[in-house]
Amino acid sequence: MKEKIRIGSGAGFSGDRIEPAVVLAANGQLDYLVLECLAERTIALAQKRKLSDPSLGYDPLLTRRIETLLPHLVKNKITLITNMGAANPLAAAKKVQEISRSLGYSIRIAAVDGDDVLTEVEEQKEHLTVLETGKKLSEYSILSANAYMGVEGILEALEQKAQIIITGRVADPSLFLAPMMFEFGWSSLDYHLLGCGTVIGHLLECAGQLTGGYFADTEKKAMPDLAHLGHPFADVFANGDAVLGKVENTGGSITLATVKEQLLYEVINPNAYLTPDVSANFTQVKLAVSGTDRIQVSGGTGNEKPSNYKVSVGYRAGFVGEGEISYAGDKALERARLAGEIIRERIKIFTQDIRVDYIGWDSVHRKNFRPDYEPYEVRLRVAAKTDSMEKAILVGEEVEALYTNGPAGGGGVRKYAQEQLGIVSVLIPRSTCIAKITLFES
Amino acid sequence: MKLADIAHSRAGDKGNISTLSLIPYDEKDYALFVNEVTVAKVKDHLSGIVKGEITRYEMPNISSLLFVCEEALESGVTTSLASDPHGKALSYALLEMEI
Repeated sequence: MKEKIRIGSGAGFSGDRIEPAVVLAANGQLDYLVLECLAERTIALAQKRKLSDPSLGYDPLLTRRIETLLPHLVKNKITLITNMGAANPLAAAKKVQEISRSLGYSIRIAAVDGDDVLTEVEEQKEHLTVLETGKKLSEYSILSANAYMGVEGILEALEQKAQIIITGRVADPSLFLAPMMFEFGWSSLDYHLLGCGTVIGHLLECAGQLTGGYFADTEKKAMPDLAHLGHPFADVFANGDAVLGKVENTGGSITLATVKEQLLYEVINPNAYLTPDVSANFTQVKLAVSGTDRIQVSGGTGNEKPSNYKVSVGYRAGFVGEGEISYAGDKALERARLAGEIIRERIKIFTQDIRVDYIGWDSVHRKNFRPDYEPYEVRLRVAAKTDSMEKAILVGEEVEALYTNGPAGGGGVRKYAQEQLGIVSVLIPRSTCIAKITLFES
Repeated sequence: MKLADIAHSRAGDKGNISTLSLIPYDEKDYALFVNEVTVAKVKDHLSGIVKGEITRYEMPNISSLLFVCEEALESGVTTSLASDPHGKALSYALLEMEI
Protein backbone atom coordinates (compact mmCIF):
# COMPACT_ATOMS: atom_id res chain seq x y z
CA MET A 1 0.00 0.00 0.00
CA LYS A 2 1.23 3.47 -0.82
CA GLU A 3 1.23 6.25 1.79
CA LYS A 4 0.79 9.09 -0.69
CA ILE A 5 -0.36 9.55 -4.28
CA ARG A 6 -0.47 12.62 -6.49
CA ILE A 7 -3.56 13.16 -8.65
CA GLY A 8 -3.67 15.96 -11.22
CA SER A 9 -6.84 17.55 -12.59
CA GLY A 10 -6.26 18.42 -16.23
CA ALA A 11 -9.75 19.40 -17.41
CA GLY A 12 -12.80 20.82 -15.68
CA PHE A 13 -15.26 20.62 -18.57
CA SER A 14 -15.58 19.26 -22.07
CA GLY A 15 -14.25 22.38 -23.76
CA ASP A 16 -11.35 22.95 -21.38
CA ARG A 17 -7.86 23.98 -22.51
CA ILE A 18 -5.42 21.15 -23.25
CA GLU A 19 -2.12 22.88 -22.42
CA PRO A 20 -2.47 22.85 -18.60
CA ALA A 21 -3.06 19.08 -18.70
CA VAL A 22 0.11 18.66 -20.77
CA VAL A 23 2.09 20.71 -18.23
CA LEU A 24 0.73 18.50 -15.43
CA ALA A 25 1.55 15.28 -17.30
CA ALA A 26 5.03 16.47 -18.30
CA ASN A 27 6.19 18.23 -15.13
CA GLY A 28 3.67 17.46 -12.38
CA GLN A 29 5.27 14.22 -11.10
CA LEU A 30 1.79 12.72 -11.14
CA ASP A 31 0.64 9.20 -10.39
CA TYR A 32 -2.79 9.87 -11.87
CA LEU A 33 -4.23 12.41 -14.27
CA VAL A 34 -7.99 12.96 -14.27
CA LEU A 35 -9.84 14.75 -17.07
CA GLU A 36 -13.43 15.62 -16.11
CA CYS A 37 -15.27 16.43 -19.31
CA LEU A 38 -18.97 15.69 -18.84
CA ALA A 39 -21.80 17.98 -17.82
CA GLU A 40 -25.47 16.98 -17.67
CA ARG A 41 -26.21 18.30 -21.12
CA THR A 42 -22.87 17.22 -22.60
CA ILE A 43 -23.85 13.56 -22.40
CA ALA A 44 -27.29 14.16 -23.92
CA LEU A 45 -25.65 16.00 -26.82
CA ALA A 46 -23.21 13.10 -27.16
CA GLN A 47 -26.14 10.64 -27.28
CA LYS A 48 -27.56 12.71 -30.11
CA ARG A 49 -24.26 12.49 -32.03
CA LYS A 50 -24.17 8.73 -31.44
CA LEU A 51 -27.70 8.39 -32.89
CA SER A 52 -26.53 9.98 -36.13
CA ASP A 53 -23.25 7.97 -36.21
CA PRO A 54 -22.80 4.90 -33.94
CA SER A 55 -18.99 5.29 -34.04
CA LEU A 56 -19.25 8.73 -32.36
CA GLY A 57 -20.72 9.98 -29.10
CA TYR A 58 -17.47 10.43 -27.18
CA ASP A 59 -15.78 13.73 -26.32
CA PRO A 60 -15.09 15.76 -29.49
CA LEU A 61 -11.64 16.71 -28.14
CA LEU A 62 -10.67 13.11 -27.25
CA THR A 63 -8.33 12.61 -30.22
CA ARG A 64 -6.51 15.92 -29.71
CA ARG A 65 -6.22 15.35 -25.96
CA ILE A 66 -4.93 11.77 -26.21
CA GLU A 67 -2.51 12.47 -29.08
CA THR A 68 -0.98 15.31 -27.07
CA LEU A 69 -0.96 13.64 -23.66
CA LEU A 70 -0.12 10.01 -24.41
CA PRO A 71 3.66 10.43 -24.86
CA HIS A 72 3.88 12.09 -21.42
CA LEU A 73 1.60 9.53 -19.78
CA VAL A 74 3.70 6.65 -21.12
CA LYS A 75 7.05 8.28 -20.33
CA ASN A 76 6.08 9.23 -16.77
CA LYS A 77 3.97 6.12 -16.05
CA ILE A 78 0.83 8.10 -15.28
CA THR A 79 -2.60 6.47 -15.25
CA LEU A 80 -5.30 8.51 -16.99
CA ILE A 81 -8.89 8.43 -15.74
CA THR A 82 -11.45 10.36 -17.77
CA ASN A 83 -15.17 10.44 -18.52
CA MET A 84 -14.45 11.45 -22.14
CA GLY A 85 -16.24 8.26 -23.17
CA ALA A 86 -19.49 10.22 -22.74
CA ALA A 87 -22.21 8.33 -24.62
CA ASN A 88 -19.80 5.81 -26.16
CA PRO A 89 -16.87 4.67 -23.97
CA LEU A 90 -16.25 1.60 -26.18
CA ALA A 91 -15.76 3.69 -29.32
CA ALA A 92 -13.59 6.10 -27.33
CA ALA A 93 -11.38 3.27 -26.06
CA LYS A 94 -11.03 1.91 -29.60
CA LYS A 95 -10.00 5.38 -30.76
CA VAL A 96 -7.36 5.54 -28.02
CA GLN A 97 -6.12 2.07 -29.02
CA GLU A 98 -5.78 3.28 -32.61
CA ILE A 99 -3.86 6.42 -31.54
CA SER A 100 -1.61 4.42 -29.22
CA ARG A 101 -0.79 1.90 -31.96
CA SER A 102 0.02 4.65 -34.44
CA LEU A 103 2.43 6.14 -31.90
CA GLY A 104 3.96 2.72 -31.23
CA TYR A 105 3.00 2.33 -27.57
CA SER A 106 2.01 -0.84 -25.82
CA ILE A 107 -0.65 0.00 -23.23
CA ARG A 108 -3.84 -1.39 -21.73
CA ILE A 109 -7.03 0.64 -22.12
CA ALA A 110 -10.30 0.06 -20.27
CA ALA A 111 -13.73 1.26 -21.31
CA VAL A 112 -16.17 1.57 -18.39
CA ASP A 113 -19.86 1.62 -19.25
CA GLY A 114 -23.16 0.38 -17.89
CA ASP A 115 -24.44 3.88 -17.18
CA ASP A 116 -26.73 3.92 -20.25
CA VAL A 117 -30.12 2.94 -18.82
CA LEU A 118 -32.35 4.20 -21.63
CA THR A 119 -34.02 0.80 -22.15
CA GLU A 120 -34.78 0.35 -18.43
CA VAL A 121 -36.01 3.93 -18.04
CA GLU A 122 -38.23 3.66 -21.14
CA GLU A 123 -39.80 0.51 -19.68
CA GLN A 124 -40.40 2.15 -16.30
CA LYS A 125 -41.35 5.64 -17.47
CA GLU A 126 -44.99 5.35 -16.31
CA HIS A 127 -43.75 4.78 -12.75
CA LEU A 128 -40.84 7.23 -12.63
CA THR A 129 -41.34 10.72 -11.22
CA VAL A 130 -39.22 13.64 -12.42
CA LEU A 131 -37.40 15.13 -9.42
CA GLU A 132 -37.46 18.72 -10.70
CA THR A 133 -41.13 18.93 -11.73
CA GLY A 134 -42.99 16.09 -10.00
CA LYS A 135 -44.39 15.03 -13.40
CA LYS A 136 -44.41 11.50 -14.75
CA LEU A 137 -41.42 10.76 -16.96
CA SER A 138 -43.80 9.43 -19.63
CA GLU A 139 -44.85 13.03 -20.33
CA TYR A 140 -41.42 13.71 -21.83
CA SER A 141 -40.05 12.85 -25.27
CA ILE A 142 -37.06 10.89 -23.99
CA LEU A 143 -33.79 10.87 -25.92
CA SER A 144 -31.23 9.53 -23.46
CA ALA A 145 -30.90 8.24 -19.90
CA ASN A 146 -27.57 7.95 -18.13
CA ALA A 147 -27.09 7.00 -14.49
CA TYR A 148 -24.46 8.71 -12.39
CA MET A 149 -22.28 5.75 -11.46
CA GLY A 150 -19.66 5.67 -8.75
CA VAL A 151 -16.18 4.20 -8.38
CA GLU A 152 -16.98 0.52 -9.09
CA GLY A 153 -16.06 0.27 -12.78
CA ILE A 154 -12.93 2.38 -12.38
CA LEU A 155 -11.78 0.24 -9.44
CA GLU A 156 -12.10 -2.89 -11.53
CA ALA A 157 -10.17 -1.28 -14.39
CA LEU A 158 -7.40 -0.28 -11.96
CA GLU A 159 -7.23 -3.84 -10.66
CA GLN A 160 -6.83 -4.98 -14.27
CA LYS A 161 -3.84 -2.60 -14.55
CA ALA A 162 -5.35 -0.44 -17.29
CA GLN A 163 -3.32 2.72 -17.87
CA ILE A 164 -6.04 4.61 -19.72
CA ILE A 165 -9.52 4.37 -18.21
CA ILE A 166 -12.38 5.86 -20.19
CA THR A 167 -15.81 6.04 -18.63
CA GLY A 168 -19.28 7.21 -19.51
CA ARG A 169 -21.42 8.96 -16.89
CA VAL A 170 -19.54 8.71 -13.60
CA ALA A 171 -20.02 11.25 -10.82
CA ASP A 172 -17.20 13.79 -11.04
CA PRO A 173 -15.65 13.21 -7.58
CA SER A 174 -15.70 9.43 -8.15
CA LEU A 175 -13.08 9.83 -10.91
CA PHE A 176 -10.69 11.04 -8.19
CA LEU A 177 -11.93 8.87 -5.33
CA ALA A 178 -11.38 5.58 -7.21
CA PRO A 179 -7.55 5.79 -7.35
CA MET A 180 -7.45 6.75 -3.64
CA MET A 181 -9.52 3.68 -2.71
CA PHE A 182 -7.40 1.47 -4.97
CA GLU A 183 -4.01 2.69 -3.74
CA PHE A 184 -4.85 2.99 -0.04
CA GLY A 185 -7.16 -0.01 0.20
CA TRP A 186 -10.07 2.09 1.47
CA SER A 187 -13.23 0.04 1.94
CA SER A 188 -16.37 1.02 0.05
CA LEU A 189 -18.09 1.02 3.46
CA ASP A 190 -15.60 3.38 5.14
CA TYR A 191 -17.77 6.46 4.71
CA HIS A 192 -15.41 8.66 6.68
CA LEU A 193 -12.52 8.07 4.26
CA LEU A 194 -14.83 8.15 1.23
CA GLY A 195 -16.08 11.52 2.52
CA CYS A 196 -12.48 12.79 2.78
CA GLY A 197 -11.71 11.60 -0.75
CA THR A 198 -14.91 13.10 -2.13
CA VAL A 199 -14.04 16.51 -0.64
CA ILE A 200 -10.66 16.32 -2.41
CA GLY A 201 -12.29 15.18 -5.67
CA HIS A 202 -14.85 17.97 -5.45
CA LEU A 203 -12.08 20.55 -4.94
CA LEU A 204 -10.13 19.25 -7.96
CA GLU A 205 -12.92 18.51 -10.42
CA CYS A 206 -13.21 22.00 -11.92
CA ALA A 207 -9.46 22.28 -12.58
CA GLY A 208 -8.70 25.97 -13.21
CA GLN A 209 -11.45 27.12 -10.87
CA LEU A 210 -9.20 26.05 -7.98
CA THR A 211 -6.03 27.71 -9.26
CA GLY A 212 -7.52 31.18 -9.61
CA GLY A 213 -8.95 31.09 -13.12
CA TYR A 214 -12.65 31.51 -12.49
CA PHE A 215 -11.73 33.20 -9.21
CA ALA A 216 -9.82 36.17 -10.59
CA ASP A 217 -10.89 39.79 -10.40
CA THR A 218 -8.93 42.92 -11.15
CA GLU A 219 -7.92 44.30 -7.75
CA LYS A 220 -8.80 42.38 -4.58
CA LYS A 221 -8.58 39.04 -6.37
CA ALA A 222 -5.75 39.77 -8.79
CA MET A 223 -4.00 36.58 -9.98
CA PRO A 224 -0.56 36.34 -11.61
CA ASP A 225 -0.03 35.29 -15.23
CA LEU A 226 -3.60 34.14 -15.95
CA ALA A 227 -2.78 33.56 -19.62
CA HIS A 228 -0.68 30.58 -18.53
CA LEU A 229 -3.02 29.38 -15.79
CA GLY A 230 -1.91 26.08 -14.29
CA HIS A 231 -4.30 23.30 -13.29
CA PRO A 232 -4.15 21.76 -9.81
CA PHE A 233 -2.98 18.52 -8.27
CA ALA A 234 -3.45 17.02 -4.83
CA ASP A 235 -1.00 15.00 -2.78
CA VAL A 236 -3.42 12.64 -1.09
CA PHE A 237 -2.45 10.69 2.02
CA ALA A 238 -3.73 7.32 3.20
CA ASN A 239 -5.49 8.95 6.19
CA GLY A 240 -7.65 11.08 3.85
CA ASP A 241 -5.78 14.36 4.24
CA ALA A 242 -4.42 16.17 1.20
CA VAL A 243 -2.26 19.06 0.13
CA LEU A 244 -3.43 20.95 -2.94
CA GLY A 245 -0.80 22.40 -5.24
CA LYS A 246 0.16 23.30 -8.78
CA VAL A 247 3.19 23.04 -11.02
CA GLU A 248 5.86 25.74 -10.50
CA ASN A 249 6.04 28.55 -13.06
CA THR A 250 2.42 28.17 -14.12
CA GLY A 251 -0.02 31.07 -13.77
CA GLY A 252 -2.70 31.58 -11.17
CA SER A 253 -2.44 30.73 -7.51
CA ILE A 254 -3.92 28.38 -4.89
CA THR A 255 -4.93 30.29 -1.76
CA LEU A 256 -7.38 29.82 1.11
CA ALA A 257 -9.77 32.05 -0.82
CA THR A 258 -9.62 30.08 -4.09
CA VAL A 259 -10.15 26.82 -2.19
CA LYS A 260 -13.10 28.19 -0.16
CA GLU A 261 -14.86 29.31 -3.36
CA GLN A 262 -14.45 25.89 -4.91
CA LEU A 263 -15.44 23.99 -1.77
CA LEU A 264 -18.89 25.65 -1.82
CA TYR A 265 -19.31 25.52 -5.62
CA GLU A 266 -22.57 23.81 -6.70
CA VAL A 267 -23.17 22.51 -3.18
CA ILE A 268 -26.87 22.39 -2.30
CA ASN A 269 -26.38 20.86 1.14
CA PRO A 270 -22.93 20.94 2.77
CA ASN A 271 -24.07 18.38 5.38
CA ALA A 272 -24.96 15.86 2.68
CA TYR A 273 -23.17 16.20 -0.64
CA LEU A 274 -24.57 13.16 -2.40
CA THR A 275 -22.57 11.02 -4.79
CA PRO A 276 -23.10 7.36 -5.74
CA ASP A 277 -20.30 6.48 -3.28
CA VAL A 278 -21.07 8.46 -0.14
CA SER A 279 -23.04 11.28 1.42
CA ALA A 280 -20.10 13.62 2.07
CA ASN A 281 -20.05 16.19 4.84
CA PHE A 282 -18.20 19.47 4.16
CA THR A 283 -19.04 21.24 7.41
CA GLN A 284 -15.92 20.21 9.34
CA VAL A 285 -13.43 20.67 6.52
CA LYS A 286 -10.33 22.58 7.61
CA LEU A 287 -8.01 24.48 5.30
CA ALA A 288 -4.50 25.67 6.15
CA VAL A 289 -1.66 27.25 4.19
CA SER A 290 1.31 24.88 4.07
CA GLY A 291 3.51 26.73 1.57
CA THR A 292 3.38 28.87 -1.56
CA ASP A 293 0.42 27.62 -3.62
CA ARG A 294 -0.02 24.77 -1.14
CA ILE A 295 -3.21 24.38 0.91
CA GLN A 296 -3.71 21.53 3.32
CA VAL A 297 -7.19 20.00 3.42
CA SER A 298 -8.47 17.87 6.30
CA GLY A 299 -11.67 17.18 8.21
CA GLY A 300 -13.87 15.78 5.48
CA THR A 301 -16.20 13.01 6.49
CA GLY A 302 -19.31 11.22 5.30
CA ASN A 303 -22.30 8.97 5.83
CA GLU A 304 -23.89 6.04 4.05
CA LYS A 305 -24.33 6.38 0.29
CA PRO A 306 -27.78 6.92 -1.27
CA SER A 307 -29.74 3.75 -2.01
CA ASN A 308 -30.64 4.89 -5.54
CA TYR A 309 -28.75 6.09 -8.58
CA LYS A 310 -29.61 9.48 -10.02
CA VAL A 311 -30.29 9.36 -13.75
CA SER A 312 -30.00 12.31 -16.14
CA VAL A 313 -32.72 11.99 -18.73
CA GLY A 314 -32.31 13.99 -21.93
CA TYR A 315 -35.54 14.91 -23.72
CA ARG A 316 -36.62 16.88 -26.75
CA ALA A 317 -37.76 20.25 -25.41
CA GLY A 318 -38.85 21.98 -28.62
CA PHE A 319 -36.93 24.67 -30.47
CA VAL A 320 -35.43 28.05 -29.66
CA GLY A 321 -34.93 30.98 -32.01
CA GLU A 322 -32.84 34.03 -31.14
CA GLY A 323 -31.95 37.33 -32.73
CA GLU A 324 -29.80 40.27 -31.64
CA ILE A 325 -29.38 43.84 -32.89
CA SER A 326 -27.44 46.82 -31.48
CA TYR A 327 -28.31 50.46 -30.87
CA ALA A 328 -25.89 53.22 -29.81
CA GLY A 329 -25.87 56.94 -29.13
CA ASP A 330 -28.84 59.17 -28.36
CA LYS A 331 -31.72 57.29 -26.67
CA ALA A 332 -30.17 53.91 -27.48
CA LEU A 333 -32.11 52.12 -24.74
CA GLU A 334 -35.42 53.66 -25.80
CA ARG A 335 -34.90 52.68 -29.44
CA ALA A 336 -33.95 49.14 -28.35
CA ARG A 337 -37.13 48.97 -26.23
CA LEU A 338 -39.21 50.18 -29.15
CA ALA A 339 -37.65 47.49 -31.35
CA GLY A 340 -38.29 44.87 -28.65
CA GLU A 341 -41.99 45.79 -28.50
CA ILE A 342 -42.28 45.61 -32.29
CA ILE A 343 -40.75 42.12 -32.37
CA ARG A 344 -42.97 40.93 -29.54
CA GLU A 345 -46.03 42.04 -31.51
CA ARG A 346 -44.78 40.42 -34.72
CA ILE A 347 -43.88 37.00 -33.30
CA LYS A 348 -46.63 36.51 -30.73
CA ILE A 349 -48.79 34.89 -33.38
CA PHE A 350 -46.58 31.79 -33.34
CA THR A 351 -44.97 31.76 -29.88
CA GLN A 352 -46.11 32.67 -26.39
CA ASP A 353 -42.80 32.01 -24.66
CA ILE A 354 -40.79 35.12 -25.49
CA ARG A 355 -37.85 36.68 -23.68
CA VAL A 356 -36.68 40.20 -24.53
CA ASP A 357 -33.37 41.34 -23.04
CA TYR A 358 -31.42 44.57 -23.27
CA ILE A 359 -27.75 43.63 -23.26
CA GLY A 360 -25.72 46.37 -21.56
CA TRP A 361 -28.68 47.18 -19.33
CA ASP A 362 -30.25 44.24 -17.47
CA SER A 363 -29.84 41.06 -19.52
CA VAL A 364 -27.26 39.16 -17.46
CA HIS A 365 -28.66 39.51 -13.93
CA ARG A 366 -32.23 39.88 -15.26
CA LYS A 367 -32.28 43.03 -13.10
CA ASN A 368 -30.27 46.27 -13.07
CA PHE A 369 -28.94 47.11 -9.61
CA ARG A 370 -27.49 50.46 -10.80
CA PRO A 371 -30.18 51.99 -13.05
CA ASP A 372 -29.21 55.67 -12.59
CA TYR A 373 -27.48 56.26 -15.90
CA GLU A 374 -28.22 56.29 -19.59
CA PRO A 375 -26.33 53.52 -21.41
CA TYR A 376 -24.42 54.69 -24.49
CA GLU A 377 -25.10 51.46 -26.34
CA VAL A 378 -27.57 48.60 -25.92
CA ARG A 379 -28.01 45.29 -27.73
CA LEU A 380 -31.52 43.95 -28.07
CA ARG A 381 -31.77 40.19 -27.66
CA VAL A 382 -34.98 38.30 -28.41
CA ALA A 383 -35.28 34.59 -27.62
CA ALA A 384 -38.43 32.49 -28.03
CA LYS A 385 -39.47 28.87 -27.77
CA THR A 386 -41.31 27.35 -30.70
CA ASP A 387 -42.73 24.00 -31.72
CA SER A 388 -40.82 23.76 -35.00
CA MET A 389 -37.44 24.64 -36.44
CA GLU A 390 -39.11 26.79 -39.11
CA LYS A 391 -40.73 29.00 -36.47
CA ALA A 392 -37.47 29.18 -34.49
CA ILE A 393 -35.72 30.48 -37.61
CA LEU A 394 -38.50 33.08 -38.03
CA VAL A 395 -37.61 34.66 -34.66
CA GLY A 396 -34.15 35.64 -35.88
CA GLU A 397 -35.50 36.63 -39.27
CA GLU A 398 -37.90 39.08 -37.65
CA VAL A 399 -35.00 40.67 -35.75
CA GLU A 400 -33.01 40.87 -38.99
CA ALA A 401 -35.97 42.54 -40.69
CA LEU A 402 -35.57 45.46 -38.26
CA TYR A 403 -32.84 46.60 -40.68
CA THR A 404 -35.56 48.16 -42.83
CA ASN A 405 -38.74 47.73 -40.77
CA GLY A 406 -37.64 48.93 -37.34
CA PRO A 407 -36.28 51.95 -35.46
CA ALA A 408 -33.32 53.97 -36.77
CA GLY A 409 -29.69 52.99 -36.39
CA GLY A 410 -30.01 49.28 -35.56
CA GLY A 411 -26.92 47.31 -36.60
CA GLY A 412 -24.95 44.09 -36.25
CA VAL A 413 -27.73 41.49 -36.43
CA ARG A 414 -26.91 37.91 -35.41
CA LYS A 415 -29.47 35.13 -35.47
CA TYR A 416 -29.55 31.55 -34.18
CA ALA A 417 -31.98 28.65 -34.14
CA GLN A 418 -31.61 25.22 -32.58
CA GLU A 419 -33.43 22.26 -31.21
CA GLN A 420 -33.52 22.39 -27.43
CA LEU A 421 -32.39 19.44 -25.39
CA GLY A 422 -33.75 19.44 -21.86
CA ILE A 423 -32.43 17.45 -18.91
CA VAL A 424 -34.43 16.15 -15.96
CA SER A 425 -33.56 13.65 -13.23
CA VAL A 426 -35.14 10.46 -11.92
CA LEU A 427 -34.00 7.92 -9.34
CA ILE A 428 -33.59 4.21 -10.08
CA PRO A 429 -32.58 1.33 -7.79
CA ARG A 430 -28.85 0.63 -7.77
CA SER A 431 -29.51 -2.90 -9.02
CA THR A 432 -30.74 -1.46 -12.36
CA CYS A 433 -27.25 -0.75 -13.59
CA ILE A 434 -24.00 -2.60 -13.17
CA ALA A 435 -20.66 -1.14 -14.24
CA LYS A 436 -19.00 -3.14 -16.98
CA ILE A 437 -15.40 -2.93 -18.19
CA THR A 438 -13.94 -3.90 -21.55
CA LEU A 439 -10.18 -4.10 -22.04
CA PHE A 440 -8.23 -3.16 -25.16
CA GLU A 441 -4.50 -3.68 -25.74
CA SER A 442 -2.30 -1.71 -28.06
CA MET B 1 -21.09 49.64 1.81
CA LYS B 2 -21.56 47.01 -0.85
CA LEU B 3 -20.80 43.36 -0.14
CA ALA B 4 -18.42 43.54 -3.13
CA ASP B 5 -16.13 45.76 -1.03
CA ILE B 6 -15.63 43.15 1.69
CA ALA B 7 -16.54 39.74 0.26
CA HIS B 8 -16.30 37.48 -2.76
CA SER B 9 -18.71 34.91 -4.15
CA ARG B 10 -19.08 32.14 -6.73
CA ALA B 11 -22.36 30.98 -8.25
CA GLY B 12 -23.11 27.34 -9.04
CA ASP B 13 -26.13 25.69 -10.63
CA LYS B 14 -28.04 22.44 -10.14
CA GLY B 15 -31.20 22.27 -12.21
CA ASN B 16 -33.24 25.37 -11.35
CA ILE B 17 -31.25 26.02 -8.17
CA SER B 18 -28.54 28.65 -7.90
CA THR B 19 -25.94 28.29 -5.13
CA LEU B 20 -24.22 31.50 -4.04
CA SER B 21 -21.28 31.48 -1.66
CA LEU B 22 -20.40 34.56 0.37
CA ILE B 23 -16.83 34.65 1.61
CA PRO B 24 -15.40 37.63 3.53
CA TYR B 25 -11.92 38.78 2.52
CA ASP B 26 -11.23 39.18 6.24
CA GLU B 27 -12.36 36.18 8.30
CA LYS B 28 -13.14 38.58 11.18
CA ASP B 29 -16.13 39.85 9.18
CA TYR B 30 -17.83 36.43 9.31
CA ALA B 31 -19.81 37.24 12.47
CA LEU B 32 -21.01 40.48 10.88
CA PHE B 33 -22.22 38.52 7.83
CA VAL B 34 -24.07 36.01 10.01
CA ASN B 35 -25.96 38.89 11.62
CA GLU B 36 -26.41 41.17 8.64
CA VAL B 37 -26.78 39.01 5.55
CA THR B 38 -29.99 37.27 6.50
CA VAL B 39 -32.22 35.16 4.29
CA ALA B 40 -34.88 37.89 4.41
CA LYS B 41 -32.45 40.54 3.20
CA VAL B 42 -31.05 38.36 0.43
CA LYS B 43 -34.58 37.44 -0.70
CA ASP B 44 -35.47 41.12 -0.88
CA HIS B 45 -32.24 41.98 -2.70
CA LEU B 46 -32.66 39.20 -5.28
CA SER B 47 -36.41 39.72 -5.75
CA GLY B 48 -37.36 39.26 -9.38
CA ILE B 49 -34.41 36.89 -9.87
CA VAL B 50 -34.97 34.19 -7.21
CA LYS B 51 -38.60 33.05 -7.21
CA GLY B 52 -38.41 30.21 -4.67
CA GLU B 53 -37.12 29.63 -1.15
CA ILE B 54 -33.62 30.54 -0.02
CA THR B 55 -31.74 28.42 2.51
CA ARG B 56 -28.67 29.81 4.26
CA TYR B 57 -25.92 27.47 5.50
CA GLU B 58 -23.42 28.81 8.02
CA MET B 59 -19.93 27.40 7.50
CA PRO B 60 -17.85 28.64 10.46
CA ASN B 61 -15.13 26.12 9.53
CA ILE B 62 -14.27 28.28 6.51
CA SER B 63 -15.86 31.53 7.77
CA SER B 64 -18.30 31.56 4.89
CA LEU B 65 -22.03 31.54 4.13
CA LEU B 66 -23.79 29.58 1.42
CA PHE B 67 -27.16 30.60 -0.03
CA VAL B 68 -29.11 27.91 -1.86
CA CYS B 69 -31.71 29.68 -4.00
CA GLU B 70 -34.59 27.70 -5.50
CA GLU B 71 -36.40 28.62 -8.73
CA ALA B 72 -33.58 30.99 -9.58
CA LEU B 73 -32.67 30.06 -13.14
CA GLU B 74 -35.78 30.52 -15.29
CA SER B 75 -36.25 26.69 -15.34
CA GLY B 76 -32.57 25.73 -15.41
CA VAL B 77 -29.62 25.67 -17.73
CA THR B 78 -30.96 23.37 -20.42
CA THR B 79 -34.31 25.03 -21.09
CA SER B 80 -33.89 28.62 -19.91
CA LEU B 81 -34.23 31.45 -22.43
CA ALA B 82 -32.01 33.70 -20.29
CA SER B 83 -28.75 34.97 -21.73
CA ASP B 84 -26.85 33.48 -18.75
CA PRO B 85 -28.74 30.21 -18.31
CA HIS B 86 -26.36 28.85 -15.63
CA GLY B 87 -26.73 32.05 -13.62
CA LYS B 88 -22.93 32.12 -13.46
CA ALA B 89 -22.96 35.90 -13.12
CA LEU B 90 -25.39 35.90 -10.17
CA SER B 91 -22.45 35.90 -7.70
CA TYR B 92 -21.95 39.53 -8.63
CA ALA B 93 -25.67 40.24 -8.20
CA LEU B 94 -25.37 39.13 -4.56
CA LEU B 95 -22.27 41.30 -4.13
CA GLU B 96 -24.33 44.36 -5.20
CA MET B 97 -26.16 44.13 -1.86
CA GLU B 98 -25.67 47.04 0.60
CA ILE B 99 -25.05 46.32 4.28
